[in-house]
Amino acid sequence: MYKIGIDVGGTNTDAILLDHNSQLIYSVKSPTSLDIKTGIEKSLQQLLQGANIDKTKITHAMLGTTQCTNAIVERKKLAKVGVIRLGYPATASVLPYTAWPTDMIDKLSGNYAIAHGGYEYDGQLLSALDQEEIQKLLKEWQDEVESIAIVGVFSSIKNDQELQVRQWIQEAYGEDFPISCSSLIGSVGLIERENATILNAALCKVIETTTQGFIQALQAEGIFNVDVYLCQNDGTLMSIDYAKQFPILTIACGPTNSIRGASYLSQIQNTMVLDVGGTTSDIGVLQDGFPRESSVAVEVGDIRTNFRMPDIISVGLGGGSIVRVEDDKITVGPDSVGYKISEEALVFGGSTLTTTDIAVRLGLANVGDRNLVAHIDEAFAKAVQEEISLLLEQAIDKMKTSSEDVSLVLVGGGSIIVPDSIRGVSKIVKNENGGVANAIGASIAQISGQYEQIYIYSKEPREESLRDAENKAVKQAMLAGALADTIELVEVEETPLAYHPENATRLKVKVVGKMV
Amino acid sequence: MRYLDQAAIEHIAIGAAFLGTGGGGDPYIGKLMALSAIEKNGPVKLYSVDEIADDDFFIPAAMMGAPSVLVEKFPRGDEFVKVFQKLAQYLGKEKIAGTYPMEAGGVNSMIPIVVAAQLGLPLIDCDGMGRAFPELQMVTFNLDGISATPMAITDEKGNIGIFETIDNKWTERIARSATVEMGASSLVSLYPTTGAQIKQSGVHHIVTLSEKIGEIIASKNQEVNDKLQHLLELVKGFELFQGKIVDVIRETKGGFNLGKMNLEGIAHYKNDQMKVHFQNENLLAEKNDKVVAMTPDLICLVDYETLLPVTTESLKYGKRVRVIGLPAHEKWRTAKGIETAGPKYFGYDYDYVPIEEMVKKEVAEHV
Repeated sequence: MYKIGIDVGGTNTDAILLDHNSQLIYSVKSPTSLDIKTGIEKSLQQLLQGANIDKTKITHAMLGTTQCTNAIVERKKLAKVGVIRLGYPATASVLPYTAWPTDMIDKLSGNYAIAHGGYEYDGQLLSALDQEEIQKLLKEWQDEVESIAIVGVFSSIKNDQELQVRQWIQEAYGEDFPISCSSLIGSVGLIERENATILNAALCKVIETTTQGFIQALQAEGIFNVDVYLCQNDGTLMSIDYAKQFPILTIACGPTNSIRGASYLSQIQNTMVLDVGGTTSDIGVLQDGFPRESSVAVEVGDIRTNFRMPDIISVGLGGGSIVRVEDDKITVGPDSVGYKISEEALVFGGSTLTTTDIAVRLGLANVGDRNLVAHIDEAFAKAVQEEISLLLEQAIDKMKTSSEDVSLVLVGGGSIIVPDSIRGVSKIVKNENGGVANAIGASIAQISGQYEQIYIYSKEPREESLRDAENKAVKQAMLAGALADTIELVEVEETPLAYHPENATRLKVKVVGKMV
Repeated sequence: MRYLDQAAIEHIAIGAAFLGTGGGGDPYIGKLMALSAIEKNGPVKLYSVDEIADDDFFIPAAMMGAPSVLVEKFPRGDEFVKVFQKLAQYLGKEKIAGTYPMEAGGVNSMIPIVVAAQLGLPLIDCDGMGRAFPELQMVTFNLDGISATPMAITDEKGNIGIFETIDNKWTERIARSATVEMGASSLVSLYPTTGAQIKQSGVHHIVTLSEKIGEIIASKNQEVNDKLQHLLELVKGFELFQGKIVDVIRETKGGFNLGKMNLEGIAHYKNDQMKVHFQNENLLAEKNDKVVAMTPDLICLVDYETLLPVTTESLKYGKRVRVIGLPAHEKWRTAKGIETAGPKYFGYDYDYVPIEEMVKKEVAEHV
């Protein structure tokens, strides 16, 4: 049996084939096409031609895609969303879409309502649902909206109201109507969770086209009986059905896949990963084989959200970064020749001095024609390298949690520019397949489940609360397609709530399991 | 008199969160409420303390409760006006000349702007703390013997109450229990005061100071070290530490968010450590096990690079911060001030030493 992994990046679409032992047997890289779909089809075609295997033995196909991110950034292909906030009489002082970019509100048509509902911090009722109110709203919106976002006050404590409203919508608009419930998407913080839920709802059409396109591309190559998965941004996979419910979770899956792939290639579970591309480098941290999650509000397309995102920092440094000297001061990046490197860099006969030229001059890499950079002064090249080293050192230090040196796994197409030693780094681990770490990451991913709720330890002891949260996370994982007996607990986060008289704690757990 | 527009509000929110010393909640929601209110009702007038009449009457407005509840269940919007008018009515005052913040903090610097916008009232450039503190009696008006009550309290559901208490500490106790019942978040209006009392007992120019602090922090065309220098000059403060949070220990006790964090030094503090103790607000800082700053002086944590204020709820392992110490307003440095909000009140067994003296001593030891 074989697995196919495809990762659509900003510059390249990578495709790989793994055998039953998860060993890499073939990989291809081709430019990402403007419509993305053609690029996927092309790389799939090249992969299958080059690998020359029995296609009927392909059992799994995974896709890591930037399409949802692009749709938000470019404000394209977004669905018209209706927002139902359950919280009246509270929360009316800040309405949905406050502080959103206006062009985005226009695209989503800006329909919203603040309806009765919601809970208090301790799970008591804030106000009861009003079925008539919701049904009247649905009648008004009949031809106005293509997707609905439901957000309830403290729905992370109790989400039955959100689920009830979802049912009423299904009764009115049909089972297939796309509905996003905030309790399943974001964490505590109503505005940020609402924003994430609205974005999720807006992505329902994009994810539909993406998944259909991927399935059709596979079928066009004669691959029919495969399980298709999409990569999520926590380094795990989701089934197509799950992806349709949570398209927003594909955002930032690219850097995540690289980090996971790096872990797999290096066989290291806890380390820092540096993924160097053409224009930027991403730095992430592996904790027990998974990327560390960001704990602050993250902006997506200028909108403040709080759904799960990997803790990644990007530096404007890559294989195509332009090297300049101004007033005797050397600067590297942040601008880059990007995908034009094969025309513009000196080693390829171009006229722009790039980081790749420096690497070739110093003998760190062997690409292009090294005679074309022989004229560069060695001392100057070393000074540029020192500058690169400094940029990386600072970025790596930001991600550290202690002052001790860390080991660094180096991946990505631009990694030739990285010097052999960086201050604060104890050792640098490289792998010959590091260039396609992202596609490998996409294909080895497991399936996860998460659950978050506020528990009152004086009423439900800590042990019981932990068990309850874990059970609910396991259910989520199974829903996403994980094998029950392979599921294990990988993360527990406890945050006590201020002012609560009875020792209330926000508990968040995550489990991971193998694919069915 | 001048008008507070959108840019002013953005800056005040940042500056007040800085003076909030880690407490006072996430400034984001407060800011959105204030921005929504002025968008609907137009900009708010800001009067300096010298511009108000001695016998005019003023009522502050504030939110009470858990910052972590506020981010999920925020007000309906008309409670501010309701609680404000209820108190005015109870006091039998037909004309309220303006409002002002109780404390400089992420949320409570913004609530009076909302009230002012909704009622077309001016905001007065003063507050009752010059920073943020966790309890209702920790107010400069209290130090001068002004009563917190009559006080009005309400929630988004419409429950409303008036208290008259025997002293201001009882106001705190009773209001806190009511707040917990109201869903851990309430709107309060208390310390009704005359213009003369504001001149006598308020902390003046705090809104303007917050705005200037915010302007410096938000400025895009300055290097971080220049920004820091400007900031320290403006607030007469000291950079106490640069470090990375390596541990945060939290506990919820008696309705408060208690804890301490350990910081490991970075840059030229590389071999040093710092511990900061907090109770909603940051209250005590120890460098290498020696106290270097304590309440009522201000201990402000800011992001290492952006200098944006860091609230105690958002503390996380690995975050890089600078610790800045500021002298408290002189009213807090009186015997009554130290008794009300000094280290011993919060259970730290130290005699209060002003921050500038501790810094001077440390510099002397190094030379």
